[in-house]
Amino acid sequence: MDHAVSTGIIFDIKRFAIHDGPGIRTTVFLKGCPLSCWWCHNPESQSAKPDVLYRRALCVRCGACVETCPEAARSLLPDGVERDVSRCIVCGTCVEACPSGALDRLGREVTVDELIEEIGRDTSFYDQSGGGVTFSGGEPLAQPVFLRLLLERCAEHDIHTAVDTCGFARPDVLRSVAEVTGLFLFDLKYMDPRRHLEFTGVHNDVILRNLVLLTEMGKDVLIRVPVIPSITDTVDNMDAIGKFVSSLSRRPRITLLPHHKPSEEKYSRFHLERRLPPDTGTPSREELQALASRLSGYGLEVAY
Amino acid sequence: MAMTERVRQLRKESYDAPVTLSAERALLLTGFYRDSMGKYSTPVMRAKALEHLCENQAVYIGDRELVVGERGPRPKAVPTYPELTCHSEEDLRILNSRPKTRYAVSDDDIAHYRREVIPFWRGRTMRDRIFEGLPDEWKSAYEAGIFTEFMEQRAPGHTTLDGKFYTRGLDDFKAQIDERITRLDFAGDPDATGKSEQLRGMRIACDAVIRFAERHADLADRMAAKELDATRKAELERIASNCRRVPRHAPRDFWEALQMYWFMHLGTIIELNGWDAMNPGHLDRYLHPFYRKGLESGALTQESARELLECFWIKFNNHPAPPKVGVTAEESGTYNDFTNINLGGVMADGSDGVNELSYVMLDVMEEIHLLQPQGNIQLSRKNEDRFLKAALRVVRKGYGYPSLFNADGVIEQMVRCGKRIEDAREGGTSGCVETGAFGKEAYILTGYLNTPKILEIALNNGMDPRTRRRIGVETGDPRSFPSFDRLFDAFRRQLQHFVDIKIRGNQFIERMYATHQPAVFLSVLIDDCIENGRDYNDGGARYNTNYIQCVGIGTITDSLSAIRTHVFDDRAVAMGGLLDAMAADFDGAEALRLRLANRTPRYGNDDNYADAIMMRVFDTLHETIDGRPNTKGGRYHVDMLPTTSHIYFGSVMGASADGRKAGAPLSEGISPVQGADRNGPSAVIKSAAKMDHLRTGGTLLNMKLLPSLLESHDGIDKLAQLVRTYFRLDGHHVQFNVVDGATLRRAQEHPDEHRDLIVRVAGYSDYFCDVGKELQDEIILRTEHGSY
Repeated sequence: MDHAVSTGIIFDIKRFAIHDGPGIRTTVFLKGCPLSCWWCHNPESQSAKPDVLYRRALCVRCGACVETCPEAARSLLPDGVERDVSRCIVCGTCVEACPSGALDRLGREVTVDELIEEIGRDTSFYDQSGGGVTFSGGEPLAQPVFLRLLLERCAEHDIHTAVDTCGFARPDVLRSVAEVTGLFLFDLKYMDPRRHLEFTGVHNDVILRNLVLLTEMGKDVLIRVPVIPSITDTVDNMDAIGKFVSSLSRRPRITLLPHHKPSEEKYSRFHLERRLPPDTGTPSREELQALASRLSGYGLEVAY
Repeated sequence: MAMTERVRQLRKESYDAPVTLSAERALLLTGFYRDSMGKYSTPVMRAKALEHLCENQAVYIGDRELVVGERGPRPKAVPTYPELTCHSEEDLRILNSRPKTRYAVSDDDIAHYRREVIPFWRGRTMRDRIFEGLPDEWKSAYEAGIFTEFMEQRAPGHTTLDGKFYTRGLDDFKAQIDERITRLDFAGDPDATGKSEQLRGMRIACDAVIRFAERHADLADRMAAKELDATRKAELERIASNCRRVPRHAPRDFWEALQMYWFMHLGTIIELNGWDAMNPGHLDRYLHPFYRKGLESGALTQESARELLECFWIKFNNHPAPPKVGVTAEESGTYNDFTNINLGGVMADGSDGVNELSYVMLDVMEEIHLLQPQGNIQLSRKNEDRFLKAALRVVRKGYGYPSLFNADGVIEQMVRCGKRIEDAREGGTSGCVETGAFGKEAYILTGYLNTPKILEIALNNGMDPRTRRRIGVETGDPRSFPSFDRLFDAFRRQLQHFVDIKIRGNQFIERMYATHQPAVFLSVLIDDCIENGRDYNDGGARYNTNYIQCVGIGTITDSLSAIRTHVFDDRAVAMGGLLDAMAADFDGAEALRLRLANRTPRYGNDDNYADAIMMRVFDTLHETIDGRPNTKGGRYHVDMLPTTSHIYFGSVMGASADGRKAGAPLSEGISPVQGADRNGPSAVIKSAAKMDHLRTGGTLLNMKLLPSLLESHDGIDKLAQLVRTYFRLDGHHVQFNVVDGATLRRAQEHPDEHRDLIVRVAGYSDYFCDVGKELQDEIILRTEHGSY
């Protein structure tokens, strides 16, 4: 097998994931996303490249990273260590050397075999609970060949698969992945094309066409709507979603995902621009219920 | 359904009652022994002592009570057992003044002790005689904290009753004893005389407990005569009638059945202070026929049955553990006396054991939620998920119970040890997590074994670094060890050495109890003591098991994994440097300590490198302990539980190679080292299940869950599946602490506002504010598992 396609970049694996599809699941987070949503919880996953993460609070200033860095990119400061990004080749030597765990890999290259072994560790839990694996991200469709190989191998091992996607991909790519996917968790964020572009950085026409494509293929699709107060939770947006989804064949179920404040620290740590108004809170149960009943008015099954 | 006013009051009284020590039993017993010493054979002497207590100790019936009888003169007045341990004046003063698990002792009682109790018992107690008779090497190891000893101040207990006395009264047992005496072959059986004395003692013990009940009947009659309230008067008359009926005869209805159990319970805990008080076993299945019959005849309603059950439940809370001192107080520092009620499981014939009362009792557990009794479910693959989910909805409340057991695994453990499958199915777990055949087995915990300390001794060539005394064997200087295997072999040899010492001590103690402290009343209730004409403490039971409870599997695994990784695999750290750093408690070597803690494959993460070491340690413990004979015709087996000994065991140790600092707690049960598990609950379960639980007599896994995980139906479903998977992998037990770290930290700062906060400690729950600071910190440190 060609090494380039049988490896991919992931940034995390969460076992005992219980909100990413049926049963007890393992969620694999693939790195890299074509969108840059204002409310992104994992902004560090947007870039496709691996990086090294530094947690200042854990650093004991032992200097092990400075001593071992082959590129001399690290230097000791009074309150921690700093990295010369222009020198760093993200080789990970410093991560291995760091005794405290202050340095960690953010994204790593893994082979299909390695990942399948990792996923297989919780097979007993999948069997018992009707669970499986969920590929999330980032955007899993951004590594389509790798993803398809993983899905095929899961099928061989009789492990149920779900792909958690923003839907932004070439239709032929999606079709190829869909052939071997058990369930799609499909994000539907904003129906108005201009505002979608504003909030996510991409147009939604491909996304909507892809959703139609999946339903026409007869795939099992669960639509997930992020409820971002004052952004996605407007009456207009909900009605537009309701109309659109009710027009789809087999009328997919909808789950409302309430917004939780993303970590400020994450944004600052990665020098990312924070565009969501800082006072954006978590919608209340009553608000979710109201949105759900609005959507059910379109003959849809809605959970929250 | 809400608690009735009666239950609410009784519950409050039990909760609020101060824990006091009562010298009544000590004085009565001292008087009896002074007058009767030398008059009788030992079993008859013990039976007459029980008779004397049952005849003379105060009887108590509280306002509004429906099920009656106390071990002491009033609720939470705790008697002492000077024939086993005679507290010194200093002990009593410490009990009276210590900040945690205090027992108020009056000056009068201290004076009684000084004048009568202490002068008589000094040098005559079991504790004195046991310490006198144990060899020096045992004492050295004990003082070093290699192991603890359960029977140095409490009697062998750890047992559970079965259903036999719900269909037979003590008169029936007496008839059985008489019949057995007629078959004694005095000419042909050299043991016939001994059996005859034992059986006579058992018969006297039956009469003693019957008499105790009758005294309650008399008191109830007297109270009824004076009672102005017609309803209460009728209740008291009914109580009197119950106490004349049971335990002499078999109970006829639900109320009598509860009172029957309660007298059996009281009889055994007045006789001796056996560990784990006493356990009712599968209460749901024993009471179910009475419940059905009552509902069908109309004599009982669901409400009245529930009220009776709740009154019964509260009785257990009136009995804090007998006051412990010294090392035993360290290993088991709690008021909890570990009564543990089993629900569910499978019947003797293999059918599903869950019935409607199982659900009622889960509700009662939730509603009463006092410190005692504990409850657990025995979950079989035959039981519906509905039962498990009902239990998890109680778990969600965060009281730390019910705990969850794998009924099929528990049965398989017993069958492996040669028990009949019917007996195994009628068995279950008691105390914390210990497996036993209810009503047919003496399954004795003999003490905790500090496995990380044994590794510490191996790393110091047989010397205890804390005292600089050589207490182990010389297994070589680890600086010269060429391989990990060589180190492991040194550990194995030290383990062998200390287990030999431990078992030698236990054989001696076991004989002491067999000879001097027969438990004649308990023997009536445990098959086949009557048929064998032998005491429970002398191998009379059908099955006789001794457990050694191994502690710190997480700490020793991580320590060995760290040494293997950094010293032998990577060769990045020299053994000498590591040992020096540990000796200095990592002073000046923080980077090394962090490397050991953070860059080592650790148990609890489903990491095969670490878990293979855990399995190797477990196998070595098993090979060293399992199958060794005790003196009662039974064998030793391995248990993996700590109560609170992981705190004490940590306090006697220096720093360990997993980066743990000197004196810090060890890991508890088979749980990972606090905070070392970083891959979520399924990885913990995978790691834990790599141990072969079927070759143990119980393992203890604690997990801390964030309350948010259990808020939804979906959360309960997923947790149920997690438990089912663990049990499919032969896991023995799991228990959840559903409380977040922030709440615990608040409770630590403001104990008065959190007096009723119950948390899971190790195989039992305790009031958070009653446990020591070290244990509080340890519980807070345990990794919280949320949902992702």
